[in-house]
Amino acid sequence: MSIYLDKTSRVLVHGITGRMAQFHTKEMVEYGTNVVAGVVPGKGGETIFGIPVFNTVKEAVAQTGADASLVFVPPPFAADSIMEAADGGIRYCVCITDGIPAQDMIRVKRYMMRYPKERRMVLTGPNCAGTISPGKALLGIMPGHIYLPGHVGIVGRSGTLGYEAAQQLKDLGIGISTSVGIGGDPINGSSFRDVLAQFEADPDTHVVAMIGEIGGPQEAEAAAFVRDHMTKPVVAYVAGLTAPKGRTMGHAGAIISAFGESASEKVEILSAAGVTVAENPSVMGATIARVMQAA
Amino acid sequence: MDIHEYQAKEILARFGVTVPPGALAYSPEQAAYRARELGGDRWVVKAQVHAGGRGKAGGVKLCASEHEINEASAVMFGSRIVTHQTGPEGKGIYRVYVEAAVPFTREIYLGLVLDRVSQRVMIVASSEGGMEIEDISASRPDSIVRSTVEPAVGLQEFQAREIAFSLGIPAAMTQQMVRTLQGCYRAFRELDATMVEINPLVITADNRILALDAKMTFDNNALFRHPAIAELRDKSQEDPRESSAADRGLNYIGLSGNIGCIVNGAGLAMATMDTIKLAGGEPANFLDIGGGATPERVAKAFRLVMSDSNVQAILVNIFAGINRCDWVAEGVVQALQANPVDVPVIVRLAGTNVEEGLKILAKSGLPIIRATSLMEAAERAVQAWRSDRALLGKVRVPA
Repeated sequence: MSIYLDKTSRVLVHGITGRMAQFHTKEMVEYGTNVVAGVVPGKGGETIFGIPVFNTVKEAVAQTGADASLVFVPPPFAADSIMEAADGGIRYCVCITDGIPAQDMIRVKRYMMRYPKERRMVLTGPNCAGTISPGKALLGIMPGHIYLPGHVGIVGRSGTLGYEAAQQLKDLGIGISTSVGIGGDPINGSSFRDVLAQFEADPDTHVVAMIGEIGGPQEAEAAAFVRDHMTKPVVAYVAGLTAPKGRTMGHAGAIISAFGESASEKVEILSAAGVTVAENPSVMGATIARVMQAA
Repeated sequence: MDIHEYQAKEILARFGVTVPPGALAYSPEQAAYRARELGGDRWVVKAQVHAGGRGKAGGVKLCASEHEINEASAVMFGSRIVTHQTGPEGKGIYRVYVEAAVPFTREIYLGLVLDRVSQRVMIVASSEGGMEIEDISASRPDSIVRSTVEPAVGLQEFQAREIAFSLGIPAAMTQQMVRTLQGCYRAFRELDATMVEINPLVITADNRILALDAKMTFDNNALFRHPAIAELRDKSQEDPRESSAADRGLNYIGLSGNIGCIVNGAGLAMATMDTIKLAGGEPANFLDIGGGATPERVAKAFRLVMSDSNVQAILVNIFAGINRCDWVAEGVVQALQANPVDVPVIVRLAGTNVEEGLKILAKSGLPIIRATSLMEAAERAVQAWRSDRALLGKVRVPA
């Protein structure tokens, strides 16, 4: 098993005719992802690599049975696409788009609440690299070949730092059940906690690696969840020990503005909750390997 | 994006928040003239800088004559304000705001922020105005009132009344407080702000509720739909290197160390800085050149990092995914051939086609120090920086 995404996932790409979207759609298809539809308003009836394009998500879902989607739409229109996916019957949506206004995301999150929990779409991102269940499916922009199939669940805010972890694990011969990017924005679809809960319930995930950074309350929330609800071992790394207070470090959400938001405070909170913290990014893989052996 | 106090007041006034009469000046003479225009016999001269805590740093002066205004603002113009929010270099003063001084009886703190726990807009208020919110939450946490706004319907009157009553606003002034709160919320919502702060919001001797200070910060990602707000950007309040980087699509933050960093991805960039620190060095900057790491971006990044005269070594850390390492290596070589640098350069590549990438670096004949892990790269950078510094000390002794 894996979380969010597997071989049976039927994927729809929002904005599939864009240059970047075409490039990554091709990569996803080559990886083995079952991309069944694209949605671009006004381009219904066209095809891209033989994949049919529809005007609306509802039409695409009705015709192809799509249940997962990837948003590749420019920032001014991305929130609208996410809401269309939520309303159109998509179960799992990844939003890659970087630069969505925060208040648009507040609206998206409020909008998604109108569906009862059992019918509510799960969103990860925005501003993330995507999700991969190695050997099964890839929904995003990451290089698929650095992920071996296996039993470590990865969840992180940063794209390339997540690649770094996957590559270190690959070099040690360790595989991954699913790797999920939750993105660097202050208002995001799923939190660390949401994803940890999925990994805890997934029999194929034995250890979870969490890659956090400065800013926001989500690492501390995750620590409380680990302490109270997780039976599986959790390893963490938190980036930004040298980041100055009050400055946005690249990601819109990476800014230390309140107590508990600096890297050292997060490390302390996570350690106190029983999480094994890797002290530098070069030893993420080795720390996970050590914890797996002990488990 | 931050704006000045006088600009925030103009905006909030349009949304129904009452502010004292005031006017902007670009010179001491103009400041004195503004005071005469405003009338009255007591004025406050306020340095317009993008930083809090300016009162303690000499940026706010109460004056009782045009002569005093002239003198107070003459000191301010051209000087720099250093507060806990500005860093040691401070912020330059190029505009002052002259306001009629208003006698008041009470000070209230009012802030609207994006609350990341509830993922909604939160109103934070306290009866202990005039102090920084951090100090209030340390000394009088019980005085703080918090209320989150349901985004579908906005700030309701009952919510605003609840806040007013819990702050102990006199019943006769409740409506004024409701209007102020709703005005702030509408400005926040309609203009895509990420922060509105009025500190202090005062009750005047003649029972009016008045914003004595105002700060607004806007969501950079939403400026595309607010061109009038985007025009309020004041580059004189930004670090020149950071603004020129931003204009070129690079994300740069200057720090005080000696080891320059060029990295793709924000998380990896922070991790690289941390590793330099662990290895015993100090990073000179945060720089995220974006996931793609194209040769053009690498070249721009070298120029930007070298524009900091403190930089004595450069660490390039690129995780090449879809863009392969050999391609990134070509970019690094081209950038260094076109813009030679006189400090050691350490390159660490990871991801797709690492071996080919390293070969290209080796073949180039450039004195690039190669590393395989991030820790190794950081250690080599610190080593190179130390030995280079020692060398500099020996070779370049001033005559």
